[in-house]
Parts: sequence; structure tokens; C-alpha cells
Amino acid sequence: MDGVHDMGGMHGFGPVAPERDEPVFHHRWEARTFALRQACGALGRWNIDIARHANERIPPEQYLPASYYERWLAGLEMLLLEHGLLTPTELASGKSAGSAPAGLTPFPPDKVEPAVRKGKQYRVDADIPAGFSSGASVVTRNIHPGGATRLPRYARGKRGTVVRDHGIFIFPDANAAGGGENPQHLYSVRFTARELWGPDASATDSVYLDLWEDYLERA
Amino acid sequence: MSDDHHSHDEGSHFSDVELRVRALESLLVDKGLVKPETLDKLVDTYETKLGPRNGARVVARAWTDPAYLQRLRDDASAAIAELGYGGMQGEHMVVVENAAQVHNVVVCTLCSCYPWPLLGLPPVWYKSNAYRSRVVIDPRSVLKEFGVALGDNVEVRVWDSTSEVRYLVLPERPAGTQDMTEDELAELVTRDSMIGTAKL
Repeated sequence: MDGVHDMGGMHGFGPVAPERDEPVFHHRWEARTFALRQACGALGRWNIDIARHANERIPPEQYLPASYYERWLAGLEMLLLEHGLLTPTELASGKSAGSAPAGLTPFPPDKVEPAVRKGKQYRVDADIPAGFSSGASVVTRNIHPGGATRLPRYARGKRGTVVRDHGIFIFPDANAAGGGENPQHLYSVRFTARELWGPDASATDSVYLDLWEDYLERA
Repeated sequence: MSDDHHSHDEGSHFSDVELRVRALESLLVDKGLVKPETLDKLVDTYETKLGPRNGARVVARAWTDPAYLQRLRDDASAAIAELGYGGMQGEHMVVVENAAQVHNVVVCTLCSCYPWPLLGLPPVWYKSNAYRSRVVIDPRSVLKEFGVALGDNVEVRVWDSTSEVRYLVLPERPAGTQDMTEDELAELVTRDSMIGTAKL
């Protein structure tokens, strides 16, 4: 999706403004939003790629001025509605119109630490041959899917070099659409700054991207 | 963390977004979808258990133990797990090494992917539109704003971490630290040096 979330290379956002001694959360609502998102995600109704894509679908005029956790909140409300955990009336009124769908139990507090510690496995144990090896010259596809993709706009139709094969990973474009994991090799690909940004860019610098097999063609 | 006591709204001392989140939490609790104690535990974990001190331990070990450094290069996730770190948003780690003529810096232009188990949750600037948009196209001016001036002979490598692989920058060990212990070295390592927006 060619949304405003895909902001690599855009101009006009001004200087980066680091804050000294920044707290983990600036406000209580940020902490609660973060935790709500994790706890609702643990219900298993959506995967990480569906969750990320919810944030991407926030309308651009809302997305751009919103803070990070305001985006998380808007994305969470979208996910809760779309996956049938809340009705629009409930969300608007704040009043429950009935209990949760059968079979859903809230994530228990004593499972938090083990779950955080364990994480999830995005690498897939499958026997799929790699289309590219380290050192291969590749060109990224010029694709503009309407759904989720992890191939940023600035890196489409560009020539790069494979520097590493990370192994076989869940393909987010398919996973975000609820279309299964479609596992495939994930490669670290190096692009020169000049390939991406033209002759005025540094002759020495480069950008590395992790790209799935389906994003790449032999150059 | 503070409560939001600066509302324009008469009758409430909470901001609109604080009220919206409070209402959502109470609705989800009423529906039996979340437990407040689970939220408390999550917040506590990310406020007190995870943070850049974890990443600093990895860096200090890599500086002092060549065999460990080699294991980090071969399989960073496994080497990091040796020190007891790993898990959510740090399942698949890669460590990129700074050197005299190589400077690495990490971003996620599409959202704000970041190695939570090693660095905690990302700072606001890392998640900002400005950082996400600029560091891939103009890393040197962003680094300059952070006080990192690099010569033309230094290669800047920007890692746009948009997959489930997470990156940790291994900063160069500062000169004059030969006699320091691993604990003392870990104290020198800053969060920004492991993102790549600072040198030590």
C-alpha cells in the first residue's frame, strides 16, 4: 500500500528532535495503549502483519499528525471492530452489549513474562530452495500492491546485491491479507546510495533492506 | 509517566485521549477480553525489565571476548540468548559492527521496528516522521544533528529493518579502555550508540 507510513526518502518533516532522559512512556494512556494492544493481540484473532497493516490504513490526514501511540490506539480500535471483538456501538458508548465470543479468555498476568521472553518464531522450518545466493545481483520488482508490503517505495525497481540469506520467513504481504504464511527466503540486499537517490548522493554510502524472494528478480 | 492534567475540557481533568483509552480499557475488561493485572504486568515489564542496559552487556562482552564476538557474527540470536536476552521483537537478531571506516545506523521507515529485548521500547525520535523519512536518503545530515560527523572516507550503512530481523549496532570500543572490566565497559555503552546515532 502506497500510504504515508512508507516515508523513507520523503522531504519536509524537519529536524530530528531527541529528548534528554526520555521516559519509557510519557503518559499513562501511552502505557495502557501499548499494553492493551499486546493483551488484545494475545487473543490470537490477528497476526502481527494484520496489526501493522491496521496502522498503515489509518487515513493519511490522521496518520501524519498522530503520535506513535495515537496510531497504535487508532489501529487497535480498527482491529477490535474488524475482528468482531467490539461493535461500533460499544466503542462509541463505552458500554458492553454482551460478553466476549465463546472460547476467548483474557491473557493472564502470569503468562506475560514467559510470553515476552519467548517471543514468536517468524522463521519457518521448510524445505524451500533459495533463488539467490550471496553476491547475486538482483533488481527489485516495481510493484504497487494495495495491501500490505514490506518493500518500501524508494527501493522498487532498484538494483542491489544480496549479502546474506536470513533463511525462510513468513511472507508479510500474504500473512497480512489472511492468505496464509507463504514462507520464502528473506535476503539482506545492499543498495548503493546512488542507485536509490541518484548521482548527488554519497559515493560511499549504502542502504540495506531485508527483502523476500517475491520482491526480487535476477538483474 | 504522568497523568494528563491539562485538559481544556471542563468537568474532567483528563485529556481526550486519556479518557478514550480509559473507556476502551474498561469496556474490554467488562467484556472479559483483558485483565487489568495483565496490563499492569506488561507496563512494568517494559518500564523496568527491558532497556539498553541489556544491549550494553552484549556489547561489552563482544569487546572483551573474541570467541563471543565470533559467535555473535555467526548467530547473533543464539549468542545474545547466552546472556539471557531475547524474545518479543528480538527473535531474529543481526549485529552490525562499526569500524574506523564503517558506520552503521538502524531505522524502520515503514513503522518503527526496534530490538525491544536489548534496547527496550524506542525513543520518540526513532519513531518520528523526521527520522524515518530522512535517515535513508540523508544519513549524514541526520547523524550530524546527533553530533556524529563522519569523513567522506567513512562508509555509512543504513539498515532499514522492515522485516522481523532486528539489528544491533556494535559500536567501536573507545580508546584508553584496555584496563576496564566488562562491567565498567558496559557502563560506557549508550542506547544511541547501539542504534548508530552516537559514537563512543
